[in-house]
Amino acid sequence: MAGAEDLKLLGMWASPFVLRAKLALSLKGLNYEYVEEDLKNKSELLLKSNPVHNKVPVLIHNGKPVCESTVIVQYIDEAFAGTGLSLLPSDPYERALARFWAAYIDDKLLPSWTKTSRGSTEEERAEGKEQSAVAVENLEGALRECSKGKPFFGGDNPGYVDVILGGLLGWVRASEELYGINPFDPAKTPLLAAWAERFGALEAVDPVIPEVNKLVEVAKMMQAKLAAEAAGASN
Amino acid sequence: MSPSTVKLIGAFGSPFAHRAEVALRLKGVPYELLLEELMISKSDLLLKHNPIHKKVPVLLHGARTICESLVIIEYIDEAFDGPAIMPTDPYERAMARFWAHFMDNKCAKPFMLSVWSEGEVQKGFLKEVKENLALLQAQLEGKRFFAGESIGYLDIVLCSLAHWLTVIEEATGVKLVADDEFPDLRRWAKEYTSNEIVKQCLPDRDQLLAFYTAHLERYKMIAKAMLQQ
Repeated sequence: MAGAEDLKLLGMWASPFVLRAKLALSLKGLNYEYVEEDLKNKSELLLKSNPVHNKVPVLIHNGKPVCESTVIVQYIDEAFAGTGLSLLPSDPYERALARFWAAYIDDKLLPSWTKTSRGSTEEERAEGKEQSAVAVENLEGALRECSKGKPFFGGDNPGYVDVILGGLLGWVRASEELYGINPFDPAKTPLLAAWAERFGALEAVDPVIPEVNKLVEVAKMMQAKLAAEAAGASN
Repeated sequence: MSPSTVKLIGAFGSPFAHRAEVALRLKGVPYELLLEELMISKSDLLLKHNPIHKKVPVLLHGARTICESLVIIEYIDEAFDGPAIMPTDPYERAMARFWAHFMDNKCAKPFMLSVWSEGEVQKGFLKEVKENLALLQAQLEGKRFFAGESIGYLDIVLCSLAHWLTVIEEATGVKLVADDEFPDLRRWAKEYTSNEIVKQCLPDRDQLLAFYTAHLERYKMIAKAMLQQ
């Protein structure tokens, strides 16, 4: 197992992308040093390690940085192939399906959620809502297809897609309090709703997910700030 | 599973379909190419096999369907024997995937919008394009290909820079790259497009130019919609 000094994760506690990296590390039982970044005052290490995007998460392994959450999760799985769970399956076709759905989550699901909550017009937000409904329906089908009746996208054990989607769980839980919406409505997407409970309760997962009330607090602060700016009030 | 059961749904001029073809040919996998006429309508076959995105390329391997060009390339690399397309070292794989992600998520929009927008907005996109190209060129590090001595994953992913870019410049009359800019990328583009395997599935330049010229209005509309998002 890697010593704590070999692995460093630069992150921000509320970021779903950082959570993905944490989940992967946790599920594989890897020790690492976590560095909380102040995104309004980014550390030199972060800027140096991710010069292209200046974003978190960044995983630094033996001094070498890896950026982009999906790239990081796959890297963790491959660089520590002998350790803990295998996140990607071994069969090429199942790997392709996993990569497809991971890309779908970032390319279709997330943007639709962002549109729903942060669309600048009523029309845009309604469009986002429609797109979200389609996206979760597709993911419900994906879960059915990938899990084949087993608890996770990865089958008996959580895998790549579970981690990629799992990163969003904090905000999924906060969504109900913030917007009165459960993105994984048990009436419409029963498999996803059950998956969210199950995955969230895992020993390797539960302690890692940021607290919902803290996320709600951050979101409300953000909303208030945006509202104040819109109203033309000074900070 | 025999390689003879491989079909690829593609479309003339699509750099994404080209990516899949190059990967198949590098591995020496025989395949049947099914061409869509995307400007007219999408076939039932395409809609059946890619109901989610309704896009090319789609790889059909026996009963399996694989969509999304980056996913397809890695599938081809893993499902078939032959020279490796992805690097073997995990860190190099991560770098390759990072830059592929950069190309498809960060470069695509500014490239598209730099040729189709105007005025100050265009200036902004042009600047971004040059910044992106500089970052990509730096990854070459004087090598023959991004992957080293022979073509690999990132070369395939960046194919549109090697062939499509100058065609689009010509079709739109917008110069993205001056003749003396990015000499390493130019050299790489020549290496890529003159590669024996790549040549077999690279769309003819004149035909590609005619294609873009014929569909200028359509692309303008797509770009406009992108701009509003």
